[in-house]
Formats: sequence, C-alpha cells, structure tokens
Amino acid sequence: MSDEYKRITPPLTDEDVAQLRIGDKVLITGYIYTARDAAHKRLVELIEKNEPLPFDIKGQIMYYVGPAPAKPGYVIGSAGPTTSYRMDPYTPQLLKLGLKGMIGKGQRGEAVKEAMKKYKAVYFEAVGGAGALLARRIKSVEIIAYEDLGPEAIRKLYVEDFPVIVANDMYGGDLFLEGKMKYRKVG
Amino acid sequence: MREIEYDQIVETVKNLAIESNSVLDEEMYRALEQALQTEKSPVGKEVLKQIIENDRIAKNEMIPICQDTGTAVMFVEVGEEVVVKGGHLKDALIEGVRRGYVEGYLRKSMVKDPLRRVNTGDNTPPVIHFDIVPGDRLKIMFAPKGGGSENMSMAKLFPPAAGREGIKKFVVDVVDQAGGNPCPPIIVGVGIGGNFEMSAILAKKSLFRKVGERHPDPFYAELELEILEEVNKLGIGPMGLGGTVTALDVHIEYYPCHIASLPVAVNIQCHANRHKVAVL
Repeated sequence: MSDEYKRITPPLTDEDVAQLRIGDKVLITGYIYTARDAAHKRLVELIEKNEPLPFDIKGQIMYYVGPAPAKPGYVIGSAGPTTSYRMDPYTPQLLKLGLKGMIGKGQRGEAVKEAMKKYKAVYFEAVGGAGALLARRIKSVEIIAYEDLGPEAIRKLYVEDFPVIVANDMYGGDLFLEGKMKYRKVG
Repeated sequence: MREIEYDQIVETVKNLAIESNSVLDEEMYRALEQALQTEKSPVGKEVLKQIIENDRIAKNEMIPICQDTGTAVMFVEVGEEVVVKGGHLKDALIEGVRRGYVEGYLRKSMVKDPLRRVNTGDNTPPVIHFDIVPGDRLKIMFAPKGGGSENMSMAKLFPPAAGREGIKKFVVDVVDQAGGNPCPPIIVGVGIGGNFEMSAILAKKSLFRKVGERHPDPFYAELELEILEEVNKLGIGPMGLGGTVTALDVHIEYYPCHIASLPVAVNIQCHANRHKVAVL
C-alpha cells in the first residue's frame, strides 16, 4: 500500500477501475449516488420490469448510506457507510448495467465479487462510524428519487476529497481476506 | 415518597439522546488513542486516525458520531419511593426519545413492524428494561445502539459441560464471523447464565461498563482478558481490513442459572460506544 492518495472523479471508465488495487487510499471528487436497502429493492424491481432507473447508472459510484438530518447551517447530517452485505442480492444486476463503484463497509459475497471481476468494478470501504468526518466532505445534496423513504431516499451528492480505501478490486483482490490473513495468529 | 416531575424526565431523556450521540466517555477516547499506538497494520492505523478525527469533530460540533443514531435502549432503575407527577414514567421516557431524536437532528431508524417496515418517523418506541430498586432515585442508563453491530450479535444455549472453554470458543467464533461488519474495533458484551432472554439482556447491560474496567470477580475478570487476547489474534483489525486491534475490551456479566443450562449471549458494540447515564 502506498502512502499517497489516488484521486478519482466519476463517471469511471474501465481504465480508471483497472488502476485501483486493494489497499489503495483514494479520494473521490464529483457526484455520487446514495442508496441502501429499500432503494436497492426498488431499483431492481424497475430493472426486472425493464423500466428506466431514476438516474444513469453507467460509470457511477453508489454510496450505501442513510444520512442523519442536517442541523441548521449544515449541508447534511452525519453520513457514514452502512453494512454492504445487505445490498449483495441486488448488486450484480446493477453492475451488469454499468455501475462501476460502490462505497460501504464490510465484506461482500462471492456473487458480488464475481460480478465485479466480470463487469470491471471496484468496492471501496469508507470508515464506518466516521459519519461526522465524512459529512464534511459532502458539499451538496439533492434527493432525486424515493423521497418517501426518508433516510433511504436516493440522493445525489457532490463530494470533495471523500476518503475511501479499495477493499475489492476488479482482479479478485479482497482486502478483508488478505488483511485478516496477514495479521492472523490463530488457525 | 419522593416526587419527580414528568417534564423533568422527558427533558433528561432528550438530553441523554442528544449528548450520547455526540460525546463518548473519556475512557473511549483514550482507548482509541491507545489502539492507534498498538495497531500494526498501516491501513488499520489510517482507519483509527479517521475514527479519532471523526469523534473529535462530533464532540466539538455536537453532531452525531455516526449517522446510525440507533435504537434507543434504556435500562431504568426505579426507586421504590419514587412517584412520577404529571404523567406516567413510561410515557415520559418515550416522549424524551421522541424529542431528542426530532429536536436533536438524529436519524429516525425505527420501523412500525418488522415485516411491513414503515418508519415511525420519530425513532420511538425505545427498548426499555425496568428494574425496581430500593431508594428514592430514578436512574436512566441510555444507549443508542446501531444496527450494524447489533446484527452481528448471537445467543446460544449450551449444555453445562461446554464450560469455560466452550464459552470462550463461541464468543471468539461470533467475533470471527462478524468480521468487519460491526465496525471494529468493537467492545464484546457477553451475558452468561440466567436463561434464554436474560443472557441477552446481561450482554447488553455489560456494555455500559467503562472500557478497561474489569469484572469485580477475578474469575470472570481473567476470562474477559483471555477472550480479548484471543479475539485480537483473529487479524480482523479496524473496520475488518486486517490488523491487530479487533476489540478494545470484553465485558462479561453473569447470573445464576438452571442445573441443565448454560446460556450465553454475545452482544457486539461498534467503536461508536455510546452510553450515558443520568440519576434523578
């Protein structure tokens, strides 16, 4: 792992994704889209009915987050990642449509990792529970779909230097497994 | 008898909700700084630095440490000589949660029922555990408990023969399976004994103990340290990205149990170890 940060701006191309390896520290600047459990369910229902999604997903990065409400004077409330495995049942279908990056916390299932290799995508870990720190890097917020879902609505965020770590890359690398094995002292 | 005003209870719970979500115990800040010193993994150190910086921002600006401001969990000890004036105790506790979450800009994470899943809009109802104690005080122990770490918790009823080693293995396995999901470095709450439901309540209650504080019984204090050592050999590390600090502490609480049973529950607490107590 290099101590330097890599900088990326979505939409991402295959070439952008190809440069990212597990353990890389990355700063994201640009627009990203929030979605968690309930929004994923609705997106996949649209795909199954062959209907268009509320935003063009090609090359985009999705952030698994349900932010806290903004205090007066703030753009957004605390906004750290939620646990990603809950999105696993829906993720391969979104990757197939061109989703290139996901930000969450915790390990992904085999089907997601396979789909990331197949469709050339990357999974970033943001630090869970660092909601106050991460919210500072969010500069604008716009609800673009499913307002009725409250914290689970889809929001378009403009982020600047949003800090993440590459946890799974398109080569099948998995930092959760490799990191754990490196420091493991039991069977 | 001693009278306590309904409104005072509401105000107290509201403040507990708001403050506990932004400010940790001093012991937690120290434990995280200590973890940064001992952690071997560079990625793990980066994660811990972000956590420490985050917790500093949250405290200074009085904004939530984590967007998951949790289910409001309360352990309430009601003195036998306490009378609530102007309303009912339980209503006051619920109203305090409602005001804290609405007026404090905290996230509303409760749904009306587990299957149809419509948000209640004000983070009520809380989960309340009451106890009746001697005296004229009202003690409210408040914890916003996040979903990510709660989801990784587990309970099991062992035969007594499983013993100390059986329990140790179970707790370490639960942490191992949880991996990075519960936002390590974690605090592991373990409830041993009682019965099925009581073991889980003990595990939750053990999380109110300060980080670094041992069980008063040396037998259990030693078991806590043994489990902590084993857990930190797993390699999970901060946020599960590999490292030597997976847990900051292990807390055990026990209760007598049936001759046929050895109930054990493991309640996992994320690094946003939010607990606050008020006594009226």
